Amino acid sequence: MEILWSANLQWVLVSMLFLGMAAGTIGCLSYWKRQSLMSDALSHAALPGGVVAFMLLGEKQLPAMIAGAAVSSLLGAFFIQMIRSSSRIKEDTAMGMVLSVFFGLGIMLVTMVNRTGNGNQSGLDSFIFGQAASMVRKDVFTMLALAALVLLVVFLACKEWKLFLFDPAFAAGLGLSMRLMNSVYLAVLVLVIVIGIQAVGVILMAALLIIPPASARYWTKSFRSMLAVAGLFGGGAGVSGTLFSSMGAGWPTGPFIVLAASFLFLISLVFGVEKGLLVRAFQLWIQRRRLAESETAIIGTGVKRG
Amino acid sequence: MTVLEVSNVSAAYRKNLVLQDVRFQVENGTLTGIIGPNGAGKSTLLKVMLGLHPRLSGSVSFFGSSLGRMKTRIGYVPQRGSVDWDFPADALDVVLMGLYGRVGWLKWPNRRHKELAMAALEQMGMADFARRQISQLSGGQQQRVFLARALVQDADLYFMDEPLAGVDAATEKAIMTTLQKLKQAGKTVMVVHHDLQTVQEYFDHVLLLNRTVVAHGKTEEVFTRDNVFRAYGGALRWIREA
Repeated sequence: MEILWSANLQWVLVSMLFLGMAAGTIGCLSYWKRQSLMSDALSHAALPGGVVAFMLLGEKQLPAMIAGAAVSSLLGAFFIQMIRSSSRIKEDTAMGMVLSVFFGLGIMLVTMVNRTGNGNQSGLDSFIFGQAASMVRKDVFTMLALAALVLLVVFLACKEWKLFLFDPAFAAGLGLSMRLMNSVYLAVLVLVIVIGIQAVGVILMAALLIIPPASARYWTKSFRSMLAVAGLFGGGAGVSGTLFSSMGAGWPTGPFIVLAASFLFLISLVFGVEKGLLVRAFQLWIQRRRLAESETAIIGTGVKRG
Repeated sequence: MTVLEVSNVSAAYRKNLVLQDVRFQVENGTLTGIIGPNGAGKSTLLKVMLGLHPRLSGSVSFFGSSLGRMKTRIGYVPQRGSVDWDFPADALDVVLMGLYGRVGWLKWPNRRHKELAMAALEQMGMADFARRQISQLSGGQQQRVFLARALVQDADLYFMDEPLAGVDAATEKAIMTTLQKLKQAGKTVMVVHHDLQTVQEYFDHVLLLNRTVVAHGKTEEVFTRDNVFRAYGGALRWIREA
């Protein structure tokens, strides 16, 4: 049993590496679309769909639950868009409403399922906080393939994403279809969220999308390197968080991943070469010293001040 | 030769009609200033012509054809404030964006493209800043980068949304020299402009706009006290008295 589990763990770790990388890079798109919170709303909105899929099938089948989660997540996105465009309510308010309503509905459904006979062994609770170690080999492969697909979409069209995010009006002028880019963006965002739910959980999935890009800002000067570094941080957080959470039986994965990602953020904040706190303090110190030196030089030449 | 024909165009933002029955023609090799008070619909007109904002009625034709077919011959310089200059990119990156249409989707720019972009930066006096982060450029320098990006497109018809807003005198001069050069090369340029003092000096044609076309034609014929008064309505009178 012990050996079997650790062989499984290796695969889980590989898939968490890919999930983290995919989440980190997609997070960069959300970051520059100024929609970091959108990913939080969409991951919460995924919960009811996943549970409904479970209720219909009566057993836990990851592909079906991923599909269900994707449907309700997209439904959430649709509602946010609808509320924003057809009423005077602003986007952040719309996201807050959709997030809480969908999540509330999801929790209600989970409670209902847990009351029924096969509910307790359903593992639905892992959808909330994440339970990477509970994934079976087949789940791992599904996740791995989809995460690789997402990474491919982002890196192949890196130049198009850059144009789309930096200057959409100009991009449209060049003939890049905004509708297509928006659709692909939403598709890959929802895909990353739903494949991450099982392992990270709906509550904390957004952290894996938000924190790595924020950390990457402290190390990078170009969009491409930001994607790479955010992917690296996301993958690192995914692997280390999973590893720590696997040390105790039944420990949830999500919180550990978030802590790992936050640790990387703190390091970036302090040591980052692009406007990290230490670098900034050092630059300020240099400037002060130069100023002081030039002042002494002036005094040295005998020029009287004041 | 007529390069742009706008007939009967109307557009709205939600409830408010911003443009009503706008119609004019622009000839090849002209430099037109689009002048009008705040809220006159100047930027909206550009966006409607370029298909970035829906139009309620009317039609726009470029070089006697549709926007879709002529897209590669049209260059657009959005307002500087419309993008986030914190974006991680250097000046050369931004200029290269002007070549993306020619590079082809999903392909990478090659050395030849980079040389073209460098040449455009040099023309705008920005060669030394090619590798500078755009967030560390001054407002005037950012505007020059935008102009360089438009130049590299090598379009025949340019639309520029307030390229002279909030730039220093040196940048203003550099930009106007560039626009004159474009005109001499037979290109057509339309510029949304704010400063009434410089209209006569800068543009050979003027389009006075206030929701609809108040007057359009050669600057010396159209840019009269009366017409400007009609376009600006009470606003201008108030400024003069103050």
